[in-house]
Amino acid sequence: MHPSRTVSRRSLLASAAALAILATTADGRNISGNLPWSPFAGDPPKPVNPLGWYFFTPGEAATVEAIADRLIPADHLSPGGKDSGCAVYIDRQLAGSFGQASRLYTKGPFAKGLSTQGYQGDLTPAGRYRLGLRALADYTHATYKKDFVALTPAQQDVVLAGLDGGAIILKLKPGFSTKEFFELVLQGTMEGFFADPLYGGNKNMASWKMIGFPGARYDYRDHIDKHNVPYPRGPVSIYSAEG
Amino acid sequence: MAKLLPKRDAVIIGLGWTGSILAQQLTDAGLNVVALERGPWRDTATDFNIAYMQDELRYAIRKDLFLKPSVEAMTMRNAMDQTALPMRDYGSFLPGDGVGGAGVHWNGHTWRFWDSDFSIKSHLTQRYGAKKLQGLTLQDWGVTWNEIEKSFDKFEYLCGISGKAGNLGGQVQPGGNPFESARSREYPTPPMKMSYAPTLFAQTVAQQGFHPFPTPSANLSTSYVNPLGVRMGQCTYCGFCERFACGNYSKASAQTTILPVLMKKPNFELRTESEVLKINLHSDGKMAKSVTYIGDDGIEYEQPGDIVLVCAYGLMNVRMLLLSKIGQPYDPVSGKGTIGRNYCYQTSSAARMFFDGKHFNPFIGSGTLGQTMDDFNGDAFDHSALDFVGGAGINCVVTNGRPIGNRPTPPGTPRWGAKWKQATVDGYNSSMGFSSQGSSYPVRENYLDLDPTYTDRHGRPLLRVTFDFPENDLRMSHYLSDQMEKIAKPFGAKVTTVSRIKKGWDSVPYQSTHNTGGAVMGSDPTTSAVNKYLQSWDVPNVFVVGASAFAHNAGMNPTGTVGALAFWTADAITKQYIKSPGALVHT
Repeated sequence: MHPSRTVSRRSLLASAAALAILATTADGRNISGNLPWSPFAGDPPKPVNPLGWYFFTPGEAATVEAIADRLIPADHLSPGGKDSGCAVYIDRQLAGSFGQASRLYTKGPFAKGLSTQGYQGDLTPAGRYRLGLRALADYTHATYKKDFVALTPAQQDVVLAGLDGGAIILKLKPGFSTKEFFELVLQGTMEGFFADPLYGGNKNMASWKMIGFPGARYDYRDHIDKHNVPYPRGPVSIYSAEG
Repeated sequence: MAKLLPKRDAVIIGLGWTGSILAQQLTDAGLNVVALERGPWRDTATDFNIAYMQDELRYAIRKDLFLKPSVEAMTMRNAMDQTALPMRDYGSFLPGDGVGGAGVHWNGHTWRFWDSDFSIKSHLTQRYGAKKLQGLTLQDWGVTWNEIEKSFDKFEYLCGISGKAGNLGGQVQPGGNPFESARSREYPTPPMKMSYAPTLFAQTVAQQGFHPFPTPSANLSTSYVNPLGVRMGQCTYCGFCERFACGNYSKASAQTTILPVLMKKPNFELRTESEVLKINLHSDGKMAKSVTYIGDDGIEYEQPGDIVLVCAYGLMNVRMLLLSKIGQPYDPVSGKGTIGRNYCYQTSSAARMFFDGKHFNPFIGSGTLGQTMDDFNGDAFDHSALDFVGGAGINCVVTNGRPIGNRPTPPGTPRWGAKWKQATVDGYNSSMGFSSQGSSYPVRENYLDLDPTYTDRHGRPLLRVTFDFPENDLRMSHYLSDQMEKIAKPFGAKVTTVSRIKKGWDSVPYQSTHNTGGAVMGSDPTTSAVNKYLQSWDVPNVFVVGASAFAHNAGMNPTGTVGALAFWTADAITKQYIKSPGALVHT
């Protein structure tokens, strides 16, 4: 998600510009006699490009949009998961560090664990989505002879409830259960709906407006002792005041 | 062959809270100190920037500031007859990473363990008889309250802690915690302003005869200049505190209290992205000679030093001792050995109340914005008729209303769909909670050792955590859940839920980064890894500083006691050890 964090000092040292930045320290990795500081050295997030798909195939994208629209249906409270950008959010996450499990411990041996030991499969989140969405398509074709997106909303809810509650078991692989697939999609959809809009979801800060979360404001000293009084201002985003 | 570097007076492994305090005190005493930090350099203006620090996804969900399991993971199991597997992501606890360590992203609850904690075995035995402690490996810490009180005072004044004293020199003070041990002076800054939920909590529990007080906070109620001349700002109640660094210089951390002074000293040097692999001993095995580390250039170095200070996260301190073969590894079958012994955690439960027509603004929060009652903590209440020892602080702390992680709904609410959405809207602003943070007492079968199968990126064994909640602690926590149900009734909520902890510690959902023990302090070398000055019994020029030294965990957050132990150790080194190097305690 933040590639600049993963660049090692070693590779930075290869560039002359980096040498200039580090000139205030003894030899780059040793810091003594000062607080190391250089201008513009922060690591701000980069807003995602909302166009196109980076990870999903068009079919996968349509399925995830349809799922997101049932997990978070459009109603008088907010737009649905699809229009909120949840699938775009998930797509960008899967195309990046999260999808590749780059921060996780991924060494073997892989063994079936206890429930208290967490996920023990060898698939990355990207691999789990790919396999899970294919198995879901196999299931809906076997049962309804249709793609998930072609089912009625009521049928889609039955399928999702089956994945959630254990009535439907998809053909996945050892170490990756149907329930784990559903939880992964549910968590991703909720993240997309409630995260800062810069990650591709929560379009127009709709979820924040819906619940009354003011977002990235960062200073409530003027309201801390106004007890039981609604906060008067709407949300702001890191991305922009309009989200 | 490692590249040999010039010797230093002291080598510090890890530059978090304890490493920074020791570096500051030792360089003040004239020592030439080098600190080796595995993670990156981090500072407020560049890394904790107020333009983008309030990013729940990046910091709270993707854990951008935390230790990555790809760098160092641990394995876990609940019992010795199970096979430990790696926690492929950290969940139940989240160790820190980089300069400042976990002190960057802590909540800021700053407690002092009590007189009765440091002498827990003597105290409980005297009050209830030895039979009451059967099955527990509780032991005294080897240090007394009167010895260490000044070190707590130093840490609190370094940080500018906001609070109200409850016991000044033995005199109970109105508005403070009447159960705390006697302190020598008032907190450096007054308590934080309170939002609606903790105010309502304090009123309602006081009416029931309990003793609420403002939770002592490292998120400061006002600006403050500490004894080193470093200035901190007033907390803005932004609601992005734990899991986040502070962009306002309002949360005490190494960055906001020590580093601006320490980093300018000519007799201090920091090497970042430098991972220590092991401590090397002289050939007779009696003294440490150096540490071996891999620098950010990928080269292996040997850094000699007269003193080695192990100041990583508590769990990593234990692993460093095991990898360096310092001390005898603990054997849970025979009960012999000390390294890995008395590993403890925290035993917690939570209450939530849903109201009609109340408006709590949960997003107005800070790590320590709240009220605590200690009426059921530690030995503040009589356990004579109860089937357990220990207790819990009951805390009403409003940390945040960040919506990916914090969307309370009443039990039975669907987790998706139209009904989920309506319940989420209804519950977000109109519910409040409080929780019990319970003690964790040591038992023979909870311990730390090296995993036989899984290794890190350098091929070294991972730490293996064998832990489950002991029966004593489960009984304690269930008693606290019962009390919380009674406490909640007069609030008159529409729906109230109180959780009850179960056997089978689950490593996935977040619970607490309060892992303690494994290299505990004490007065008996057969049951403690370090003496009362946190000096290794086996290798006296090695000091092991952190929550690894806790002989048990109390119903309180550990950082106040960790900071006090760092000052206490620094005093022992600067006032005793450097004048006469060698064992400070003889048995």
